[in-house]
Order: sequence, then structure tokens, then C-alpha cells
Amino acid sequence: MDFDVITLTDVSRHFGRRRALGRVSLTARSGDIVGLLGPNGAGKSTLIGVLATLVAPTSGDVRYGSQTSRQAPPALRGRIGLLAHDLHLYPELSARQNLAFFAQLYGIDGREIVDAALASAGLADRGDDAVSGFSRGMRQRLALERALLHRPRLVLLDEPFTGLDDHAVDLVAGRLRRLAAEGAIVLLATHDLDLADGLVTRVMLMREGRIIADEAAAPGLRARYRAMIGAA
Amino acid sequence: MFARVALLVLKKDFAIEVKSREILYTTLFFAVSCVLVFAFALVRDGRAIDDAAAGILWIAIAFAGTLALGRTFERERYGETLRALLLAPAPRPAIYVGKLLGIVVLLLLAETILVPLVALLFQAAFFARPWLLAGLLVAGTIGFASVGTLFAAMLVRSRTRDVMLPILLYPITVPVIIAGVRGTSALLQPVPDEPAAAMWMALLVCFDVVFVTLALWTFEPLMTE
Repeated sequence: MDFDVITLTDVSRHFGRRRALGRVSLTARSGDIVGLLGPNGAGKSTLIGVLATLVAPTSGDVRYGSQTSRQAPPALRGRIGLLAHDLHLYPELSARQNLAFFAQLYGIDGREIVDAALASAGLADRGDDAVSGFSRGMRQRLALERALLHRPRLVLLDEPFTGLDDHAVDLVAGRLRRLAAEGAIVLLATHDLDLADGLVTRVMLMREGRIIADEAAAPGLRARYRAMIGAA
Repeated sequence: MFARVALLVLKKDFAIEVKSREILYTTLFFAVSCVLVFAFALVRDGRAIDDAAAGILWIAIAFAGTLALGRTFERERYGETLRALLLAPAPRPAIYVGKLLGIVVLLLLAETILVPLVALLFQAAFFARPWLLAGLLVAGTIGFASVGTLFAAMLVRSRTRDVMLPILLYPITVPVIIAGVRGTSALLQPVPDEPAAAMWMALLVCFDVVFVTLALWTFEPLMTE
């Protein structure tokens, strides 16, 4: 089941008395690379959790094409790829074992796919090493490949550039552009405005659980971010 | 699909345990220590208190099981891999079953050490009716682990999980422990009371059916944040 658009309508999420999201509405379409920007505690990770079907909204409606998130059938979850701040990797297992496990979990079989993912992560020669021995950057690259293993339609990335060197950042940015060009919807939450500038096609600025700006990306993101956060 | 995913999760846990041996060794060490402490306290001049063996065996299983449950889900907490499992296009109850099978296998392994140890230290005739004892242990272990696996999964993101797990687990599993102790005790009588042991085993199987069914039914809604 594929979809070309995701739509959130008045989505709120409360944790006890704390409001993490307040009546958030957004639409993202196939080919978009949406940058979710905002200070710590703005609600970016909660919004990603809601979109990943892992956090149930307190109220509001989340739609993936014509399908609602409340049903969250396995087939829908299989079209979502998530790279969270925690990397969803087993440190005791090797890079290859991690990828093979998640590939099988997604119903993908074949050593070639795992080998290709290892090569794409730049870990072809470290595939049989335990992840616990990897640097943060190596884990980050591996986690990205794990999240993209099943060629998801909706790609959700929480701080995808953490721990990456310049070369790896270029590779990941190129990878995200290709995914969007192939029809994926990419949402990335980041604090790194310099990296987001030039990569994202749309910018959503969040503060205190609300989207305070939603606009097409344009050069000079840092200056506009400061102006908007200051004005909010 | 369901069985494939459950076996995948079991296989993954097994692969991690083969590399780390952490949970097996800590569970065994704790269970054996527990039995030894009771042996020092309750065995005088080479004679154990009557009917103590069955209770000590099941207490050691429950305590060691609680430790194993906590550690198994600690692995899923590190790196938030439980969220990755829940996001996969697999039936979520299958993930529960995979984790449950891993705990049951681990506890049954621990019991293969515990039963001869308790039999030796407390002069208990555990092997007079080995198949009935095996039935009681398997049924009791499934009942205890089915509730424990659900609670451990629920508490994985709670900061007080180490305290909350036994507080939630023991009251709910009291019927399983009582049935296990009474059934085992019936086998340890001078003339083993097989009908009583079989009755307790049947009761344990009923608990298993109820607990596993409830856990399968509630796992998915409970795991959604």
C-alpha cells in the first residue's frame, strides 16, 4: 500500500498535563524534503513518533493517503522508515547481523541487499564486527541504512547528521535527495541549520508543540530562523 | 508470518546471548545463590525442614526469572530497539511471543541446574515422578513468564522499572507460584500424590491459557505510547 501524501489535521498529544503537540496540521507530498526545525522541546521528536505510528495522538487525525494511523496495519508500518535519535541497533551483534535481522523482519531476504547496505554505509570491510566497537558516525551510517533497507515511502529522520564527518554528510544528503526524487516523503528534524539549508525543500518551524511557520525553503535559513524564533 | 517473526526475535535474542552470555550466567548465579542461602538457613545437621524443597525451588525460579526479564528488556531499551521492532510490518503480538519463548527457554535451562541442586541439598525426591515434575515446571514457567514478559515490555521506558516489575509481577503470579509449589509438594510426599499433582498441573495450564491470551490481546495497545 503506497501513498503520495501524508496529512495531519489538528493533531495534539499530551503526556499527562504537558502538551507536547498542540493542534498541529501539515501536509507533505511525495518528493518533499521537509525540515522540522525548532529549539529543544519544541515537539519535533513527538511529531516524528506520531508519524511513525509509535505515538498515538490524543486528538486529531493522521492520514497516509487514504489510510488513518489509528488502524496502523503492518502494511502501512512497512512503508515507514525511521532513524531516531537512538539508533535502533543491537550493539552485541555485528553490522551484518543487525541488517540481516531487520531485513528478515521486513520480509526482505537476500544477502545482496545486506551487502549493498553495508557498502552504502561504507562498512563493507567491517560488516562482521560488533556494532559496540563502532564510532558514533559509523553507527549513524549503519542505522540510516537499517532505516532505508526496505525502501520506505515515508522517511523520518531525527538528527540524521549527528556524528557524521563532512564526507558522510554529503553522502547522506545525496541519498536523501535521491530518495525524494524517487518519490519518497522525507521529514527530518535537525538543529543543524547549515546542513538543512540547501537540502530541504520545505521548512516547518516548531515551537512549544506548534508549527509557527511552514514555507518553501530559500537561502538564508539561519537568519530567518533567528528572526522567527525571536519573534515568536 | 506470526511464527516466522516470533522465531526471528527468539533467534536474535539467542544470537545476542551466545555472544554476551550475560543473562544466562547472571540468572544461574542468582538462582544458585538463592538456593544456597536457603540451604544454609533451613538445613540443620544434614536434615532439611519438611516440605521446604518445593517452595525453595519455585522461589528461586521466580526470583531468577524476574532478574532475567529485567535484563532481557534492558537490551531492547538500549538503543530503543523495541520501537524498531514495533515499527516493523509484523504482527506485534508475535514480538511478544518471541520474547516470551526466549525467557521460557532461559528459565527451563536454569531449572535443569536448580532441580538437581535443590534435590541434593534438601534431600527431595524430585526424580520419583520426572514427567509430572517436568510438566509442572514447564506449565508454571510459561505462566510466570507470560505475565512477566508483558509487564517487562510495558515498563521498558519507565525509570522505576526495576522496582515496579516485581511489585506488579508477584501479586499477579501468586496463583502460579502456589499451584507450582503445591503440585511439586504433592510429588514429594512419601507416597507421591499423583492425582493432586495432575490437578495442580491442569490448573497451571488454565492459568497459562488465560495469561497468554490476555497478554496477546493487550500487548499492542499497551505498547503504543
